[in-house]
Amino acid sequence: MSDSSDDGARPKSGVSRRGFLKGVGLGSVAIPAAGLLGGSVVLAEEAPPKPSGPKVFTGEIPIKLRINGKDHDLKVEPRTTLLNALRDRLDLTGSKLVCDRGTCGACSVIMDGLLVTSCMVLAIDAQGKEITTIEGLASGDKLDPIQAAFIEFDALQCGFCTPGLIMATKSLLKTNPHPTREEMQDALSGNICRCGTYDHIFAAIEKVAGGARG
Amino acid sequence: MTEKTVRVGFSGDSKELKINPPDTSPPAWDLDSKLAVVGTNVPRVDGPDKVTGRAKYTYDINLPGMLYGRILRSPHAAAIVKSVDTAAAMKMPGVKALVFAFDESKIGEKKLRYAGDEILAIAADSPERADDAVRAVKIEYDPQPFVVDLDDAMKADAPIVNDGKSNVRGKNPRGDAAAVDAKLAGSSKKIEATFRTQVQTHSALETHGLVVAPDGDGIKVWASTQGVFSVRDGLSSNLGLKAEQVRVISTFVGGGFGAKFGPGVEGVLCTKLARQANAPVKLMLTRKEEHLAVGNRPNSLQKVKLGADSTGKLTAISATTFGTGGVGGGAGCTIPAIYNLNRDATYKAESDVFTNAGSSAAMRAPGHPQGIFAMEQSMDMLAYELGLDPLEFRMLNDDNPVRRAQFNLGAKEIGWPNRPKVAGGGKADGPLKRGMGVAGTLWYAGGGKDAKADVEIGKGGEVTVYQGAQDIGTGFKTVLAILVAEELGLKPEDITVRAADSRFPYGPGSGGSTTTPTVAPAVHAAAYAAKRKLFEALATTWQVKPDDISAKDGKVFVASDPSKSLPFKKACAALTADKVTGSADREANYDGYRGNTAGCQFAEVEVDTETGVVRVLRVVAVQDAGRIINKLCSESQISGGVIQGLSYALFEDRIMDKSAGKMVNANFMEYKIAGPKDCPEIKSIVLDVANGRNSVGAMGLGEAPVIPTAAAIANAIYNAIGVRIFELPMTPDKIIAALARKEGAKTA
Ligand code: FES
Ligand code: FES
Repeated sequence: MSDSSDDGARPKSGVSRRGFLKGVGLGSVAIPAAGLLGGSVVLAEEAPPKPSGPKVFTGEIPIKLRINGKDHDLKVEPRTTLLNALRDRLDLTGSKLVCDRGTCGACSVIMDGLLVTSCMVLAIDAQGKEITTIEGLASGDKLDPIQAAFIEFDALQCGFCTPGLIMATKSLLKTNPHPTREEMQDALSGNICRCGTYDHIFAAIEKVAGGARG
Repeated sequence: MTEKTVRVGFSGDSKELKINPPDTSPPAWDLDSKLAVVGTNVPRVDGPDKVTGRAKYTYDINLPGMLYGRILRSPHAAAIVKSVDTAAAMKMPGVKALVFAFDESKIGEKKLRYAGDEILAIAADSPERADDAVRAVKIEYDPQPFVVDLDDAMKADAPIVNDGKSNVRGKNPRGDAAAVDAKLAGSSKKIEATFRTQVQTHSALETHGLVVAPDGDGIKVWASTQGVFSVRDGLSSNLGLKAEQVRVISTFVGGGFGAKFGPGVEGVLCTKLARQANAPVKLMLTRKEEHLAVGNRPNSLQKVKLGADSTGKLTAISATTFGTGGVGGGAGCTIPAIYNLNRDATYKAESDVFTNAGSSAAMRAPGHPQGIFAMEQSMDMLAYELGLDPLEFRMLNDDNPVRRAQFNLGAKEIGWPNRPKVAGGGKADGPLKRGMGVAGTLWYAGGGKDAKADVEIGKGGEVTVYQGAQDIGTGFKTVLAILVAEELGLKPEDITVRAADSRFPYGPGSGGSTTTPTVAPAVHAAAYAAKRKLFEALATTWQVKPDDISAKDGKVFVASDPSKSLPFKKACAALTADKVTGSADREANYDGYRGNTAGCQFAEVEVDTETGVVRVLRVVAVQDAGRIINKLCSESQISGGVIQGLSYALFEDRIMDKSAGKMVNANFMEYKIAGPKDCPEIKSIVLDVANGRNSVGAMGLGEAPVIPTAAAIANAIYNAIGVRIFELPMTPDKIIAALARKEGAKTA
C-alpha cells in the first residue's frame, strides 16, 4: 500500500512517505559493500546518481533480521518497511497493514522491548534488533495468556486488528502488570478496532492481570 | 405435513402457534425447548487462528510468482481523459500487465466523475514497483465543472453530475401531505426541525481486494467479501465463465459493514490482470482508495414535523429527506415505523442528490441511523414540549411488548430516575454536566430461503458441517458449530466447520442481518438428517426403531433400555459406509411471533461546557434477535454496534473540499474513528425471544445495535446542557456554537 494511487497522474503533486524515503540518499545507511558492488543493486533509472553528494539507489539489498528468536536473510529495496518485509518476504502475515501511517496499530511489533508500528520502520533500520511479532507469542500450541483471554472474552470479531491489539497489550502488561481501566485505554490508544471490541479487550486484560487495581 | 403446536415469544409475552412444517424438518425449537449449547457463551471456533496471526485473510495470501496490482484513479472530481501514455510505465522494471477500467477506444471522450474514479490497473512483481509504474503513466485531463456538496448540488445552476436536467432524483412520496399537515395543524403540540447527518465511510480494517490465480480454464479467487457467491457470480458473468470455473474462498474477512458485495471494479481489474499476465495477482486497495471509492453511508438533510394530542398520543409525522450517495448510489433515509402511527398519519418524501463523489453502498442498517437520529430527537423534543418524561412518552406510543420490556430493563440498568428532570438542570462539576438519553429501534431480519447445508458424520465419529457463506466477524462459523453440536448432543469443539468457499453449499451474502436466520434452519435440518442416518444404522444393530434413539451429552442411546448406550464416537462405528451426509435446503418461513426485532439504547454523557467535548460515560443496549444462538458473540455484536454508533455520533466525517472536489481526510489520521479511550462502559443485554418462523427461530443481529446510539447520545446531550444538536457528528465546535446561541438568546 502507498498513497500513490490518486497522484499517479501527477508525479510531482504529492510526496508519499515512501517515495520520499526512496529519494533520500543511502549515505547514512550501513550497506554491506558486497551488496553495493554485487549485481543486486540496480541504479534507479528515474533518478540517475549525481556526480557528487549522496548516491541514490533503488533495487534490492541483502539484510538480516532477527525475528521471534530466529535470524532471517532477505533482500529488500531500501524503501521497504519492516512490515512489508515481514509480510511480503517472510510470509509472516499476522501483522497487518491498515492505515500505512502509524495511526492504527494493526502492524504493531515489539522491537528491542518497545512497541513500534512496523509500517513506520524501514526494514534496513530493523537490522540488529530483536523483533517479536504476533507469530512469536505462543509457544507451539500453548497460547500466551493474553491470547487465551482474548478468545475467552471474545475480544475479537473480524480479528484484523487483533494481532496489533494483542502486541500492544503484551507491551503494556510487561511494564504495568496490573493496569487500571484508564491505563489500559492509554496504552491501547494507538490502536483502532473497527468492529468495536474495546470493552471486551479491557475485560480480557483484567482477567490476565488478575483483576484491575483501580 | 402434520400440524404441530409451538409456543413462541418471551417471558413477558407468549402465544401458541399452529405450524405445518414438512415431515423432514427437525422438531422446531420453541419457548419451552431446553437447549444445551444454543444460547450459551461459546468462544469463537476461529479464535485461536485469529489471536496467533495464523488466520489467512485475503490480504495474507502469498502465492509463488504472485504479482501485485495497483489502480490508477482520477485526481479530478470531473474530467475528460484526453490521452493516456502508458509506454514509460510498461518499461518500468517488474511490470507485467496493464488493463483499462473502461473501453480504451473511449479515450478522448471518457468522463471521470469523481476523484477516485478508476482509470487503469497495473501488475508488477512487487507492491513498490506497481506503485512506481502507476506513477509513470502520463495522462492528459480536461477538467470539467463539478459539485461535491449536497446543498450546492440541489441548486438550479449546479453542474450536472450524471445525465438529465437536475441532480435531484425524487422518489414517489408515501402518504397524503395535505391530510398529514391538517392532522399536524390540529395537534395540541407539534415540533418541526431540520436534521443533518454526515457521510460515513465503512472503513473495514481489511480493505477491499482479491487475489486471483489462473486455475486450469478458470480462476481461483480469494476475496475479502461479504458475498462469496456474489463474487463468484459477478466474476463469471463478467468474464463469460461458467460459475463452476470460478472458485471463491473467503475464510477470513477483515470486516465489511455492507460495502463488500460482488467483485467490484477492483475484482474485475484484478482478474483481467491475472489473465493477461497468466500469473496470480493480489490487488488490495489502499486506505485512501477505501475511503474514496468503495462505498459510504450517504449523508442526509431531514425536515421533520411531528405532532401529539393533549394526552401524549402521536397524531402525525411528516418527513422530507434528501441525501447524497455520490455519483451513483441511492441515499435512502429511513425513518422506521417504531411508534403507533397509522399510514394515513404518515407522509414521507425522499430524494437522492447526485454529487461528484464516490458512490454510497449499503452500510450497516442502511438509512436507519440517519432516520432514527431525526426521529428519536423529534420524539424527545415533543416529550419536553408536552412536559412528559421522554421514556414515558415513548411507552405511551409503543405497543410492542418486546420493546416495552426492553425500555423497562434498560431504564433500570442505567438508573433512568437519576437523570436531570429539567434539561441542563443537573448538578454541574465545574464545567462538566451530565445527562441521559434514550432511543428505540427495530430491525426486520427473519431470513429467507437461500441456503443449503451439508453435515457429514464419519465412521470414526468426526462431524463436519459445510456451508459456503462467509464469516465477516459476526461469529457465523461458530453458529454453525453450535447448531450441529446441539442437534447431535455434542460440544461445538467436536464439530469441524468448513465455510466460506463457493464449492460448499450455497449461502447468502452477509447483508440485512440475514446470514444466521437464513442459514441456521438449513444447518439444523442437515444435522437432523445426518443424525437420522446414524440412527437408522444403529437401529439395525440394536434391533430398535430409529425413533427410539436419542443423542445427548456426547452419547447415543435408547432411553428405555440403558444397555443400549454408546459414546458418540463409538456409535458411529455402526455406520456401514465411511460416512453419511445429511443435506438440506432452507424451507420457507412459516408464521412466527413477530416479523421484526426490537431494541433500545440508553446513554449517559458528560459534556464539558467550556470545551464542548462530549464524553459518553455509559451505554445500556437492549436488543432482541429472536433466538440467540451464541450469547457471547451476540453481546460482541451489540457492543460493537454501540461503539460504531458512538463513532458516527461524535467523530466520523468524510470532509470534501468544495473547491477542489476532493476528500481531504482520506486516511485514519484525520478521519477519526472511536478508539479505546472513547469507549464507554457498555452493558449489552440480549433479550432472547423464541420467534418461531422456522425450526430455529433466530433473527438477525448485525445491524440493529448501530441504529439508535447517535440518537440516544444526542438526547443525552440535550438532557445534560439543555441545548439540542441537530447535526452529526456532534463535535465540540457544534456544542460550543449551540451553547453560545442559547446564551445569546437569553441575553437578547
Ligand atoms: S498500519 Fe501501521 S499503524 Fe496502521
Ligand atoms: S475485530 Fe474487526 S477490526 Fe477489530
